[in-house]
Amino acid sequence: MMTYEKLLEKTALEDDRFIVMTAENRALVRNLPASLGNRFIDTGITEQTMLGAAAGLALRGRKPVVHALSAFLTMRAFEFTRTSVGIANLPVKLSSFIPGVLSDGNGPTHQAIEDISIMRGIPGMEVFAPADEEDLIEMLPQIWATENPSYVRINTRPAILKHKPYVFGKAEHIFEGKDCTILTYGFMLEESIKAHQLLSDLGYQVGLVNLRNLKPFDGDLISKLATQTSCFITIEDHFLTGGLFSILAEYLVKNQILIPTHSIAFEDRWFKPGRLTEVLIHEGLDAKSLVEKIQKFIQK
Amino acid sequence: MNEEKLVQLQQFAKRVRNHIVPMASDGGCFLGASLSAVDLLTYLYVDHLNLHKGNLKDENRDYLFLSKGHDVPALYGIFAELGWIEADRLKNHLSTEDHIYWHPNRNIPGVEFHSGSLGQLPSVSIGVALDIIIRGGENRVYCVMGDGELNEGSCWEAFLVANAYKLDNLTFIIDRNNFQANMATEDLIPLESLVEKFESFGMMTQRIDGHDFMALEKAFSNIKGQTGAQVIICDTVRGKGLPSIEARADRWFCNFSQPEIQELLVELNEGFGANLVAETLVVR
Repeated sequence: MMTYEKLLEKTALEDDRFIVMTAENRALVRNLPASLGNRFIDTGITEQTMLGAAAGLALRGRKPVVHALSAFLTMRAFEFTRTSVGIANLPVKLSSFIPGVLSDGNGPTHQAIEDISIMRGIPGMEVFAPADEEDLIEMLPQIWATENPSYVRINTRPAILKHKPYVFGKAEHIFEGKDCTILTYGFMLEESIKAHQLLSDLGYQVGLVNLRNLKPFDGDLISKLATQTSCFITIEDHFLTGGLFSILAEYLVKNQILIPTHSIAFEDRWFKPGRLTEVLIHEGLDAKSLVEKIQKFIQK
Repeated sequence: MNEEKLVQLQQFAKRVRNHIVPMASDGGCFLGASLSAVDLLTYLYVDHLNLHKGNLKDENRDYLFLSKGHDVPALYGIFAELGWIEADRLKNHLSTEDHIYWHPNRNIPGVEFHSGSLGQLPSVSIGVALDIIIRGGENRVYCVMGDGELNEGSCWEAFLVANAYKLDNLTFIIDRNNFQANMATEDLIPLESLVEKFESFGMMTQRIDGHDFMALEKAFSNIKGQTGAQVIICDTVRGKGLPSIEARADRWFCNFSQPEIQELLVELNEGFGANLVAETLVVR
């Protein structure tokens, strides 16, 4: 079975533009030093230097794929990403490990729940959030093929559905539904699919979209769905500010599309750390809690 | 270095200073920091780097990264003298019709990378140096830094990584003019003993007079054959060449009137002191 690590290894062995870098976060790339030799570079716990060095490597024609924990990749190194990678629009590919609720028991220091917001603010930066490892493997070849910088919320959890082929920049429209349409991305697709099933069992016709890309944003699909569904509900393991709800709101306002829109996100607070299953229940992000919230939204 | 070469470098540097001084008007520029770096940059571009108009994009060229980006007027002047840009173009300083502004950008031929955020380019230099080593190249990378810039933690992080990867093709050059924006460095965040600090990071370190071309030649001839990254601390004078602004904390960013610029040019070329009444400090 193809994994993130195997795909990266295959890609790098086929194309020597690829350099694999890490700020001593080897969870995803443990076996690559052996196969890539000096094209595997571990800079130690130095997210800033890693991003700056990645820009230097890209200046020389390389495509560095850089790895670090999401919080430190996006925030400790932010200026180096924005200034050295972003201003020069260099093809540095950020692989962000344990984004959103996937930091489970780590605590707020490790919670990257503003990552979408801050990375999409960099001109030219492409932002992706695959729903599971199968989705990730489906999307990465096209993400890595571009000459732009990119940020990927890495998610290696097993798939719970068979995904459709990825078309760059396009969302995956999984279910249609006139009562409401859930828009989600990344890990939260898992609970959203379970919630969709429960709502269907209750007789609701609920649509479901796996966004896949946050930037570029699949506005065409949103415009189309706005004529076919009664309301949008965004579900994300991200702050309300700057994430999918904001992106959707910006799109709807800019295009003067009027449709009831609701959000499920972290409202101006960090989440309670713990086992992932417990975090979801505590934060009201498990399927059962989602169903209760969505029913209320539909009945509004 | 023979006498003829020395005079040639000195005259080149003076012409560069003549390009820089007029930029300190009509919006101004970071005059003091630009003048302290002129001699060391002149030495590098004229006599040391494998870099000329015909190889500016060649992958085997030497790379110079100007991490203390606010001294870019020195580069503009040097590039004009080398014929990489038209000297007339310098009149476009701060015009939105051109790309000649307070910090470097790659629209200017010869500028390898944009800078201005201090502590930004040591890591970029490391990336380029690493790639050259991976490809088995012979070219070298030079990163010019300010002394005030050394306050930034990212510099020291980069030094650790440069040492770890034994980047023998990378030289950090410190323009040690003893001032940061508004203060003498030693009055704010003391940097000394710099030699010991750099040596303790595993880098071969030399300290020289950064206005002495013979000393520059000697120091840069010593960097080859080392087993890791090297440091050359260039002791310099902020505002060098204009005694009326030299070594003063309040002459960092300068914006003089046209008559004052004319007086400064007389001072530069003929040695008479300029009578300056412009506001002495523009805090930025």
